[in-house]
Amino acid sequence: MSAHDEMIGQATPPQGVLARFAAFRENKPHIFLLLLMMAVALLMMDPRTWVLLTISGLAMGAMVFLMASGMTLTFGLMNVLNLAHGAFISLGAFAGASVLVWLSAQASEPSLLINLAAILPALGFALVVAGLLGLVFERLVIKPVYGDHLKQILVTVGGSIIIMELIHVVWGPNEIPVPRPEALTGAFLLPDALPVIGGVALEKYRLIAVVLGLAIYGLMTWIIERTRVGILIRAGVESREMVEVQGYRIRLLFLGVFVAGSALAGLGGAMWAMYREIITAHMGDELMISVIVVIILGGLGSIKGCFYGAVLVGLINLYVGYLEPRLAAVATVGLMVGVLMWRPQGLIPVIKV
Amino acid sequence: MFNRILSGDYPRSRALSALLVLIGVCLALGPFLFPGVRAFSMLGMICVFIIVVASYDLMLGYTHIVSFAHTMFFGIGAYGVAMSTDAFGSGFGAVFIGIGGAVVMSILLSLLLGLLSLRVKAIFFALVTLAVAFAFLSLVTQLYNITGGEDGLAVRSPRELGPAFRPLDSSLPGFSVIDFITGVVGQGSIGQAFNDAVFEVRVSGRHLMYYITFAISLGVFLFLLRMVNSPFGRVLQAIRENEFRAQALGYRTVFYRTAAVIVSAVLATLAGVLFALINRYVNPENTLNFELMVFILLMCVIGGMGTLYGAVVGTAVFLLAQNYLQDLLGLLVSNAEPGSLFAELAGPDRWLLWFGLLFVLSVYFFPAGIVGQLRLWAERRRERKADKTPAASPLKQES
Repeated sequence: MSAHDEMIGQATPPQGVLARFAAFRENKPHIFLLLLMMAVALLMMDPRTWVLLTISGLAMGAMVFLMASGMTLTFGLMNVLNLAHGAFISLGAFAGASVLVWLSAQASEPSLLINLAAILPALGFALVVAGLLGLVFERLVIKPVYGDHLKQILVTVGGSIIIMELIHVVWGPNEIPVPRPEALTGAFLLPDALPVIGGVALEKYRLIAVVLGLAIYGLMTWIIERTRVGILIRAGVESREMVEVQGYRIRLLFLGVFVAGSALAGLGGAMWAMYREIITAHMGDELMISVIVVIILGGLGSIKGCFYGAVLVGLINLYVGYLEPRLAAVATVGLMVGVLMWRPQGLIPVIKV
Repeated sequence: MFNRILSGDYPRSRALSALLVLIGVCLALGPFLFPGVRAFSMLGMICVFIIVVASYDLMLGYTHIVSFAHTMFFGIGAYGVAMSTDAFGSGFGAVFIGIGGAVVMSILLSLLLGLLSLRVKAIFFALVTLAVAFAFLSLVTQLYNITGGEDGLAVRSPRELGPAFRPLDSSLPGFSVIDFITGVVGQGSIGQAFNDAVFEVRVSGRHLMYYITFAISLGVFLFLLRMVNSPFGRVLQAIRENEFRAQALGYRTVFYRTAAVIVSAVLATLAGVLFALINRYVNPENTLNFELMVFILLMCVIGGMGTLYGAVVGTAVFLLAQNYLQDLLGLLVSNAEPGSLFAELAGPDRWLLWFGLLFVLSVYFFPAGIVGQLRLWAERRRERKADKTPAASPLKQES
């Protein structure tokens, strides 16, 4: 009887504005936080700047999402904390940059089609190189230490040092400038006729990053929610043993996820290389901080949480970076600390913490 | 007596004891055994980093808490002294104000980190500390008007601890071991080599500072040895082995973990203070860098987690490698043609590659590090001996 009452109690929508607001805050914390942050930022700057920063923040969020999604799935599915993820990002950036430098003739043409002949191989190469390294890394480094967090942290830190040093060996210790393809430079001007935000210049590359990020988020959501592999991944995150009991080789599934995650990190790294137009072997370490904040914010193992976490990190970085450039990193970590105080499991937790 | 000093925790391996005595003698008589500025500063660094690594081991080895914020506390100590001498002048008062401020800040921050980590899974602690340490590094780099930013700060240490202060009128004799050995091997004449090896040491405030550091390092080491062998330390190890069980036995594991984090943070702060005074220059690169954090991790693991002797051995081995492996690799490569793959892989700048490889392999094959391995060998030898002695064999058969 009481259980029945509870079900009814949950089904009825809460009454009153405050109660509804509280329910919204508790049920959709990611949307609540996103709206809150955008609203606060809007109050502190003029709308044109706000639009510009929001688009840039979304672009940064999209790229960070690419990098973070692999790590969050790896942790969620197999309980493996891969701190060498940053090294995969660097590797992708260097691989992509080499192809772009090699195809610089195509990249500097003004035509989009010829540009694509340089961009697609660059991104593809970054994806493949990082994915292959992920395959080797899982077999050699991570396989012997399943189930032991401490050793995972140690060997992946060691592995990260080795990969970074190998990057130094192959590409040299100096920073490398990356030519951004001609079609991706420049900006769109919003038509002047629009109220308030007319005439704002939006950088093309950022818009493309947003579109690509959304596309990959959509693709991943589709795979996770609609395909058989996705069902297995979700089931594996929930309960690994049950999936094994059904006769699925979860190790193989995990290997696939790990390779895909590494490949995505490489893709994100290559995108970041074109965004920043200069790369160092240590860029992965710096991005790792954003990645870690994102996966903690989102809740380990959750793709949706990872996406919203990345958008939040991107936005707060840009907003605070505009208001007080010196505090951008502190604000990012402050956001994480705040969310941890409020919801220790992250915004959209999947696994029980 | 010995038992009390070492808190009953003996090296339990002859090779290890010999190694520790060697390191101890080298550090105690260091300035009189190794001439040159480079060797002197390295000896100081070994003393400082023994504190850092031993206190890190209290968390990593004894409690299995992975923290990436240890350099943050180290940096707080270093910057505390640097900033307070910058503001209040170079007196001992300023140094102590800096120490006080730094320790209070470290306690507060570690308490905050502990509280955050308690609300979430233990593995979060590694990630949260990594992020917080990064934010701190970025803050120190950005607030250049008080921290000097990337350029860092020169520490105005008290005159008595600087090179200008001469406590003794005459200089003391030193005896260079390395010159002696190379002399004996090279010339074959012991007397000549002996005369060549003697050098003069002009005792200055820097030597005073070195011995203060050495004494504190020794004191902290023995204190930690006492601590891990006390009931408190046993609880930490119980938490490491099985937290659930420790909880079931009625220990408030949360309290013990936070206490371990705080003690470790305060000791790291102390080491930072000594670093600032002995190095007389702090910047984000040498106190707060993420690379430094990885080095501390490497020292701790290579020496042997969960053994404080490992911290001593690991620090000595790592810093020697950091300083001299590059020379060695340079020698190795000097024969190879420049630009070849071998020259690239074995170049002096690539020493970290080899150390990283060694680190990963040691985690797999020698998870207990150098100290653990030496103890294992010693134990096996004792067992073999016990098997051979006739008194022990009938007992074995019975059981």
